[in-house]
Amino acid sequence: MAINELFGQPLKVVNTGLASFKENIETAGGEAIQVNWKPPVEVRKESLAVIERYREEIDRANGEALAIILGGTPVLTGMGIALETIPGMRRDLILHSGPPVTWERMCGPTRGAIIGALIYEGMAGDPEEAVRIAESGKIGFEPCHGHAAVGPMAGIISASMPVFIVRNEAYGNSAFCTMNEGLGKVLRYGAYSPEVIERLRRMEKILYPVLRKAIEKLGRLDLKTMISQALHMGDELHNRNRAGNSLFYRTMAPAIVETCTSQEDAISLLNFINGNDHFFLNLSMPAAKACLDAARDRAYSSIVIAMARNGTDFGVQLSGTGNRWFTGESPVPDALFFPGFTKADANPDIGDSAITETLGLGGFAIAAAPAIAQFVGGTAQDAIRYTLEMYTITAGENKAFQIPSLNFRGTPTGIDVRKVVENNITPFIDTGVAHREPGIGQVGAGVLSAPMEPFRKAFEGLAEEIVTRYG
Amino acid sequence: MIVKVSIKKGRYYDSVTLMIISGELNRMEGIISSSVVMGTAGNKAILASAGLMTEELTGAGDSDLIISVHALSEQAAVSAINKTDELFRELRKQGDEDIGKKARTLGDALLQMPGANLSLISVAGKYAAAEAMKALQKGLHVMIFSDNVPIEEELALKQHAHERGLLVMGPDCGTAIIHGIPLGFANAVGRGGIGIVAASGTGLQEVASVISAGGTGISQAIGTGGRDIKREIGGIMFLDAMKALAAHAETKVIVLVSKPPHREVVDRIAEEIRHSAKPVVTILIGGDAESLKDAGAITAQTLEEAGMLAVAISMDDDPATVQRTLAQRSEWLDVLAGSHAGGRNGRFLRGLFSGGTLCDEAQLVLKKTLGFVYSNTPLHPDYQIQGTEPGRGDCIIDMGDDAFTVGRPHPMIDYSTRNRRIMEETADREVAVILLDIVLGYGSHPDPASELAPVIRKACEDFPGILFIGSVTGTDGDPQDRRRVIRELEAAGMVIMPSNAAAAELAGKIILQIRSKKT
Repeated sequence: MAINELFGQPLKVVNTGLASFKENIETAGGEAIQVNWKPPVEVRKESLAVIERYREEIDRANGEALAIILGGTPVLTGMGIALETIPGMRRDLILHSGPPVTWERMCGPTRGAIIGALIYEGMAGDPEEAVRIAESGKIGFEPCHGHAAVGPMAGIISASMPVFIVRNEAYGNSAFCTMNEGLGKVLRYGAYSPEVIERLRRMEKILYPVLRKAIEKLGRLDLKTMISQALHMGDELHNRNRAGNSLFYRTMAPAIVETCTSQEDAISLLNFINGNDHFFLNLSMPAAKACLDAARDRAYSSIVIAMARNGTDFGVQLSGTGNRWFTGESPVPDALFFPGFTKADANPDIGDSAITETLGLGGFAIAAAPAIAQFVGGTAQDAIRYTLEMYTITAGENKAFQIPSLNFRGTPTGIDVRKVVENNITPFIDTGVAHREPGIGQVGAGVLSAPMEPFRKAFEGLAEEIVTRYG
Repeated sequence: MIVKVSIKKGRYYDSVTLMIISGELNRMEGIISSSVVMGTAGNKAILASAGLMTEELTGAGDSDLIISVHALSEQAAVSAINKTDELFRELRKQGDEDIGKKARTLGDALLQMPGANLSLISVAGKYAAAEAMKALQKGLHVMIFSDNVPIEEELALKQHAHERGLLVMGPDCGTAIIHGIPLGFANAVGRGGIGIVAASGTGLQEVASVISAGGTGISQAIGTGGRDIKREIGGIMFLDAMKALAAHAETKVIVLVSKPPHREVVDRIAEEIRHSAKPVVTILIGGDAESLKDAGAITAQTLEEAGMLAVAISMDDDPATVQRTLAQRSEWLDVLAGSHAGGRNGRFLRGLFSGGTLCDEAQLVLKKTLGFVYSNTPLHPDYQIQGTEPGRGDCIIDMGDDAFTVGRPHPMIDYSTRNRRIMEETADREVAVILLDIVLGYGSHPDPASELAPVIRKACEDFPGILFIGSVTGTDGDPQDRRRVIRELEAAGMVIMPSNAAAAELAGKIILQIRSKKT
């Protein structure tokens, strides 16, 4: 455009910086749009140069990774006991949420849940003994994510726990997750009182066999379609799973009744599912995990394939950096607290449930779930704004997952760490808030923007990886 | 007394928003001072000098928001910090009305405004060049209001733009007017046949205002930033803008406004003038314009004269009438000076300026009556003083200089620093005349008379020997309304001249007359 062409057209200004300049232009009869600008994140200059130099390779790898993520077809195919089902699971191993963390650095809820799991497994007779065992080093602690599994909040999985098996039929990989226990005093919030252990045993001995048989009867249960429908019904599949739960219940009920020989057990299971609005979370999470795991290890790719918190650290993994975790301090969420609790009671953010955001659900799809926005103290417009903002940091849109209020636009999917850094916008996450002391349970619900630190490190880590392997 | 701080990680707001918030906090009970800034090294240094720095803040980074409050009590500090949350929430609510219209990036903005053709950038200098390059790559013209952009980045941007036929105004381009639309700090001038290319922001404003007062108008006014005409940049955009105006049908006369360009750049400008089919008026503030004159330019000594010449030429009047008019006015100013010289106790002139080019012009005009005067931006290095130290002899201070503006709004927006300085200077018994500039227009203070008039009134009461002289750069169409501002300042006792040059001339003549009476 030559300068004289500018003189020959109406002036249309993109204003970046002082907003008053936009107002002045409009007052004087001109046309202007404001860019809600933020300074870019400061990363090492060498890293920037590497990422810029390999832009085409990264773009291509991201395209491939995104296609795999979008093409995933997660299907619930069965259930099993963790020890026999999860790859690499052992009797002396306990899986937890988030990136790796030692017993010394674990937060209250995670420690509490480990105590509960050791009692549940019969390895400890009481909490004191459980602590001794945990401290002794005889038990291994590893992230669920390293075993194709995910767990909400403390995310504890021990050998005897029943898990769902979600298979990504398009790519052949599977993901695993425990059954959701419900609200109140539950293991995932670090509770380990007798009633908690008793519930876990009932889930294992009574509910699991019934549910497993019903799933076997159905053969396969298409979770992708169920999630698509739930989005149209006001869920974002992280903090709100009410619609997903209803769809699941509707699908399962006839099979349960048909396959269960004990009416009492059938009623018990149906009431358990019906009475827990978060039951479906433990299916939306492994569904997301199955889709994302298939896109691991695409050389050069800057797409995030896991975001997870252990209540101490917030961790991120990229497709192009193998199993490396990039971590930063996990923040305490901005939340609405239940009566009697304040921010001082809140544990830093915890759980693998941010896997839903990693797939473009949860906070990324909050525009589909205005009820959640209100629950966490925002307006329906806030929800739309949050989702719109996430398009800025993602590589594409998921045509299978749509947001009605955005004219059925696909959910923002495939977080590109380059865009996170360049725009200084981190993923937006819906979350429940755990009490920092074990066993008290949920004290609120809220939203948070992920900390920048892990993404900055991931950006630099990808540059290192590229230089080391291909430079 | 207590200093309390809060860091909001990863929260960003523009500096004007933050100043508004900080202003609100300062008005709260029990607050001595406060600062709400982004955690850059520069801002932290300012906090330290203001006694608002604490250990906690050392870890804050560029993208972290810092709230620091100096308060009489812990309680006052806490409530001020809590208040910021509320204020930011209110801002967010206002933002909600724009939902869907708000763009996070240039790319978003272009989706929402297809056909956008100019990017106006006023983010912190270290980020400005990257934003500008993005805009150029998308084929947009650019105006960079931001300063502190490294000169090599400026050169890279301008070379890139030049090759693609795009315009880069700035960095540090305070003002431009395209199609009558003010960009940055600009005045509401009428449309007409006079095109301006300026490497000086307030210079452009003064010339445009004179043209507007002369009853004609501006076709386009292009700012280039002050460094464009230096050797390093070589006048890339100054020359491109000249060419564009030469080819622009609506432009009948071209006015060039600049501080003295580098010799090589002057030669290139002269070459361009030689080929121009349109009359070219030039004002090089403090520079030698002989070679431009030889090339066919009509050269002016002051911004006012440049504006008047352009008006005369555009109306097909003889430029010589301008010289005659100005000569007559000089005689009238001699008489006026005589009437104001009586009753003065002091004998020195103190000028306090918000416009850098106006400050230079005042010194040039005063050179004819008083010779060189002291300044923080002097014409002669022997007359260099620090701007922040008290005035000495006859001196003219540019209060828009960095020494005054780091961490503070520009004196065209915030009159508090200059007002304080006025009080200090008037208390100096050797001072007879205070010379001021008042710059109106979009971006400037919305009601400067409300700031200045009370100070002038008070000073005239306390020190009856003091005389205030000044000029008001702007137009009647400006948001502040030039006529109203002049009326209110005159009512407060200030003598208002039609231009900065005239005000400086009168001031110099009064001082001369005072001294001739005293000797």
